[in-house]
This record gives sequence, C-alpha cells and structure tokens, in this order.
Amino acid sequence: MATVRIPPVLRQQTGGQPEVEAEGGNVGEVLRALTAAHPDTEAQLFGEDGDLNRYVNVYLNDEDVRVLDGLDTAVSDGDTVVILPAMAGG
Amino acid sequence: MAPTDVKQQVEEIEPFEAAQEIEGDDVALIDTREPHEYQEAHLENGKLVPPGLLADEIGEAAPDKSARTILYCRSGNRSYKAAEQLQALGYEDVASMAGGILAWQEQGLPVVAASGMTPEQRDRYSRHTLLPEVGVDGQLKLLDAKVLLLGAGGLGAPTALYLAAAGIGTLGLVDDDVVDASNLQRQVIHNTERIGEPKTSSARVTIEALNPDVNVVEHNLRLDAGNILELIEPYDVIVDGADNFPTRYLLNDASVRLRKPVVSASILSFDGQISTFVPFEGPCYRCLYPTPPPAELAPSCSANGVLGVMAGTMGTLQANEVIKLVLGVGEPLIGRLLLYEALGTRFTELKVRRDPECPICGENVPEVPESEMGKFPDYEAFCAG
Repeated sequence: MATVRIPPVLRQQTGGQPEVEAEGGNVGEVLRALTAAHPDTEAQLFGEDGDLNRYVNVYLNDEDVRVLDGLDTAVSDGDTVVILPAMAGG
Repeated sequence: MAPTDVKQQVEEIEPFEAAQEIEGDDVALIDTREPHEYQEAHLENGKLVPPGLLADEIGEAAPDKSARTILYCRSGNRSYKAAEQLQALGYEDVASMAGGILAWQEQGLPVVAASGMTPEQRDRYSRHTLLPEVGVDGQLKLLDAKVLLLGAGGLGAPTALYLAAAGIGTLGLVDDDVVDASNLQRQVIHNTERIGEPKTSSARVTIEALNPDVNVVEHNLRLDAGNILELIEPYDVIVDGADNFPTRYLLNDASVRLRKPVVSASILSFDGQISTFVPFEGPCYRCLYPTPPPAELAPSCSANGVLGVMAGTMGTLQANEVIKLVLGVGEPLIGRLLLYEALGTRFTELKVRRDPECPICGENVPEVPESEMGKFPDYEAFCAG
C-alpha cells in the first residue's frame, strides 16, 4: 500500500482528503487505483492517450518519476507518491 | 627604597611618539576599549584587550613583561588606568598614549576602519555582523546588493520587509496594482490608510520608515516580453512572487538568458512551494514545470483563497534564500523544491533535475543572438492554452 499526496486543487475530487492510500506495484497502478476510487481525478491526471498529463508532476518519494521509469516505476509498501501541479499564487 | 604603596607614575607619550615607536619591533600595542569601538576603528597591529578583561587577557596579548608596551583608548583615560594595572602586574616598560585614538586621528595618523559602514549602520546591523557567516564584509555585500521583487503583494510584502530590514541596498518593486482592502489579510507591508494607493508607493513608505539605507525603485508596470530584459538586467537576484503563469514563464526564460538567479515561491490555500533557480547551475522553472496547467487546475488565490500567514512563511523563506545567494553562504534550494503544507505543518523536499531537453536551458538550446534576446513567445496565449 502506498500513500498518495493529493494537491489542494485535486482535493475536491477526493472528498477533501489530502492523502489517499492506494494499492499498486508501480506508479501507474497506484494512480489508476486512485482514479478508480475517485473517478473525478482521472481527467486531471491522465490524457486521452492514457499518459500522464504533462502539466502534472509525479514523484515517488522525493524523485520525479520522469527521471525514473515513469508510470512503470516500481512502488514498494510504504512509499509516498506525490502529485504536484504548478501553482502560481503569489 | 621607595614605599611600595605609592603608585609609579605612568609614562604618557604623544601620538607622534607612539607612531615612531610602533614602527620598531618588540613593541606591544594594546587597545583598551570595548569591542564595538575597536571594530569601528583601531590602530594597525593594535591588539584588543577590553578593560574588564585586562588581567585575564594581557598575558596572551603581551607575554613579555619586559618589552615596551604602549596602551591607547579613545581619549587617554582608560589606557592610563590600564597602564597602572599593568605596572602593578609587573610590566616594566609601559606607556599610555595621551589623547587616545581621537588625538591620533586629529593628527592625521592612519587607522584601520570598518570601511563602508557608518556608526549608525554598525549599530543597526550589529546582530548580523556578529554572525561569522555574515560579518562586516557580508553586511557590505547586502548593502551593495540589488534585488528585484516581482509582485508587491502576498509574497512580496514579507520578502520586501525582511530584505529591507537586512539592509539590501537596492530593492526594486514591480507591481501595477493598487492596495485593496482584501489584500490586507496577508500583505503586511500595506495598511488600511493606503487603500487605493499604488502598491509600489505604499511599500516604499513602509520600507523607508523601516530602513533609510534602502534605495527603493518603483516599477509601477506590468511585466511583459517588451520590458522584461531591461527591467531585470540591473539586478543581482530576482524574487518571483507573481500571481500568474505567463509572468512566471516569461521571467524564467528572460532570467536564463541573462543568467540571473531567481528565488521562486507560490502559495495557494494552505500550501506553498519554493525553489531557487540558478541558470545552468541547476534546473530552471521549465525543467520543473515544462507546461503550465489548464485554468481549472490553476486557480488563483482570489478564486480559491489563501491563508494569510502562508504569504509570511513562504515570503520569509524567499528572503532567506536571497540573503544566502548574496552572501554566498549555506545551501540555497538549487535543484530542490520545498513544499510546505500548513494544515499538517509538514515540509517535504523533492529533487528537481535539469532537463536535458529543456527548451530554455537544455543541452541543445542554441545561443540566442543579441537581436533575438528580447523576443519571447506570446505568453498570454501559451498559458491560456
């Protein structure tokens, strides 16, 4: 089981939860488990081609999955997946 | 034999005599004043031994009791008393300089002065100069630094206040907005009386009241592709507290071209992010965020709300980054993104890598010719997409 950190802009879609537990052997599966449990998050995270939207950064613990194996990056029990969109508020 | 309870007269010498003597070897020159006086100005090779520490420290400063030992203070009184003490301690050849360093300077003799700072500045910044990481040299760097703040709003307000208090010599403020009542929940540099005034001039009033050393430069305008290079060129460090994506991407691209470091933070509701982008040394904003999010994923503080204190937390973190960059100390947030979540009071650090494919600072980006320097894509359209 991994912990997914939900950014403020997606919390409405997770019923206000800042963290969601999700099962999966890799980052893609964990995020799919999240979208299965909270379907409104899907359109924000994934494009029509099934890839992550370019404007969404995803980290496994403290590392950007773009420099790991992307959605195929293996996830272990207790890992944290951070979803991070850019923010512009000043 | 002279009775031992009669004090031996202390020899007093004139500054010009002292000047001749201390040119020779084997003369110990002792400054019997307080540290702050010494720091302001002292004689070359003068060793500081404050009056209260004379008995404890003289042995180290002047180990040879038979050697010529000349003492001075500000006007000659404290050094005279100290000379009496030294004679009582067994020093055999002691003299006090009459008139002290004041008389010395009146005669045009040279001193080692803490250059560049006035007595008022030495007092004002004393808590900085006490820090080995800052010191007088570091404070002079701060006083010489030119920092541009993008936005005199939520993030800009606390950043500007602390940078002004720290003695950043020139603070440029870019903002084309006026103070609104709804700003005052977080924009602590403005106040109720100044509602309706331009934010840049309101901020100037507060900064100048806080620290007259700061030269405030108002840029009461909106940043665009046509003015950005000219605007940021004179500054050493840029602080990004902009409230919109077009400005953030434009600033990034221009700052990479001019190789200006940018301290970038953003806030929304209870969340904040901060990183420091030093072109070609670490990643840039586009390495972190290749494309801006669509509007529904990028609400503004005015639409979504923001806890006022978030501006203070993230703004003061920005000020800290700026000061480290100016001083060249510590570890700035280069290649690191710090997230702060205020409801859980939790800080998270993420790694940010340079993207070899980055269209702005990547490996394959061609040199930008001088004629193209000021040309940027249409950011409004780019970010509206």
